[in-house]
Amino acid sequence: MRRFNPAMMVVWSFLIVTTIISLFPMYWLFTNALTPIQGTPPLTPILIPAFSFENFIRLLTGTKHYTSWMINSLTVAFAVTLWHIFFDTLAGYAFAKKKFPLNNVLFWMILSTLMIPIHVTFIPLYIIIREMGLLDTLWALILPGTASAFGIFLMRQYIQTLPSELEDAARIDGCSEFGVFWNVILPLCQPGIAALAIFTFVRSWNDFLWPVIALNKAQNYTLTVGVANLQNEFMTDWGIIFSGAALAALPMIVFFLLFQRYFLEGVRMGAIKG
Amino acid sequence: MRRFFQKHGWSYLFILPSMTTFIVFVFIPVVWAFIISFQKYSLRSGGRWMDPFYANYETAFTQFGGIFITAIQNTIVYSFFTVTANIFLGLILSSLIQPLSHRLRTFFRAAYYLPAVTSALIIGMTWSFIYNAQWGFANYILRLLGLPLVRWISDPDIALASVTASAILTIPATAVVLYSAAMGSIPTEYYEAAELDGANGIQKWWHITVPLIKSTTLYLVVLYSIASFEVFERIYIMVPSGVGNSTQTIVTQIYNNGFKDLNFGVGAAQAFVLFVMIATVAVFQFRFLQSDVEY
Repeated sequence: MRRFNPAMMVVWSFLIVTTIISLFPMYWLFTNALTPIQGTPPLTPILIPAFSFENFIRLLTGTKHYTSWMINSLTVAFAVTLWHIFFDTLAGYAFAKKKFPLNNVLFWMILSTLMIPIHVTFIPLYIIIREMGLLDTLWALILPGTASAFGIFLMRQYIQTLPSELEDAARIDGCSEFGVFWNVILPLCQPGIAALAIFTFVRSWNDFLWPVIALNKAQNYTLTVGVANLQNEFMTDWGIIFSGAALAALPMIVFFLLFQRYFLEGVRMGAIKG
Repeated sequence: MRRFFQKHGWSYLFILPSMTTFIVFVFIPVVWAFIISFQKYSLRSGGRWMDPFYANYETAFTQFGGIFITAIQNTIVYSFFTVTANIFLGLILSSLIQPLSHRLRTFFRAAYYLPAVTSALIIGMTWSFIYNAQWGFANYILRLLGLPLVRWISDPDIALASVTASAILTIPATAVVLYSAAMGSIPTEYYEAAELDGANGIQKWWHITVPLIKSTTLYLVVLYSIASFEVFERIYIMVPSGVGNSTQTIVTQIYNNGFKDLNFGVGAAQAFVLFVMIATVAVFQFRFLQSDVEY
């Protein structure tokens, strides 16, 4: 039997307390969401959920647009992610393996955008998107969402580690430059692409400030914008607010539990703020 | 010319789609925002130069009795406490989980990381539930202890502190993950040599671990400083009214001026103040990263 060690007791209690603090807000959100609440929540907090879906049913039948918000969020996140998977890998490949005039200048220009607070761009972006007639459409989120430097940086770093022999072999076999990319590079990049795809999808799904600015009509909202507005709309029906917030968080939590490895890989590549 | 394109054409074609989106949605907007910050801009009639040219910047700092200065102060207070606490918590937690088995380490990292995958908005919202003056969990605990209840996010004297506390208590997952990775890459010989010299656990930690992960610390300081300078969602959802000006921050001001009052010039000017603040931090980053640790 191990000796009782007071120092280890302190360490373990600290780790356990921080774990509880970390998980409690989300846990409490879900216990409330899973317990029927019509008006104000009880003064004694609900710590064990009733596992009732009543709030969720009222949310999906009582609110007009919740399902459209979900579809909108999914559409935007998928479109932006697909763009980044393909074009970031393409650009990352060029920057990693090709020498061409200005390649370093262009790469640093792209990288420098990581330092620009995105809020600086919002006012002109609003004017540009308005001129394009795309305000209050999903295009207003998808198009600016394609301009993100992280993926190009990530894919360049990743492709640099791949050996060049395979490309050369494919070229000798008569592959065009695009053929080399499509047949050799893209299949080899799968782990990098997985991290990039997850990172992009989560960021797009969670995006808030620009959607608030660009979207106007309730049916066009994304999920984060819609959920933020539930509080104005259903001031007294907390059950709907809890379940609306929980259902917006759930996909990302499931996503994380399934693909934890890639998430943490993305963090290590130095990009996800949290 | 033809040979140039034969040689490099594909490369330029490969970066063309990305470059196009950067030019249209980042570079042009940044330059244009700078121009607008010296203009009176309206959607109907376009931009007119201000006289004097810095008038928007003057307005930015003087309007409504200098609310923007309060906002900058609030942002700096919020940033100072969250960045400091995040670094300390991240360092301590990653040091404590480092000696554990691989499985336990993965568990704790996941537990700390889980809330961070949901949006800042949802996290802010759950904290606003915890802080609810009537049925919130924070006041439930005070009631259990027989203490007077607190209006956490509606009392102007403590709203900013409550928001800051919520940010600190959302465990700094990125710091834990990055510190863990950095600690894992320190060669074990260093520790063995120190043991031969009779160093105990804390001495080893202080004299080997902490100095060797310095570059990670500096990176995290910059990352968290930038993120907290840009704080918005949390405040927007927890304290929508701003309870007086007590929780106004730089980005809530940009949002109010730019998109509530449609005062584009002043909003753009304030965005550039934020830009300068963040660029200053980034310059420090490059200074420090040059003194990177080698082993």
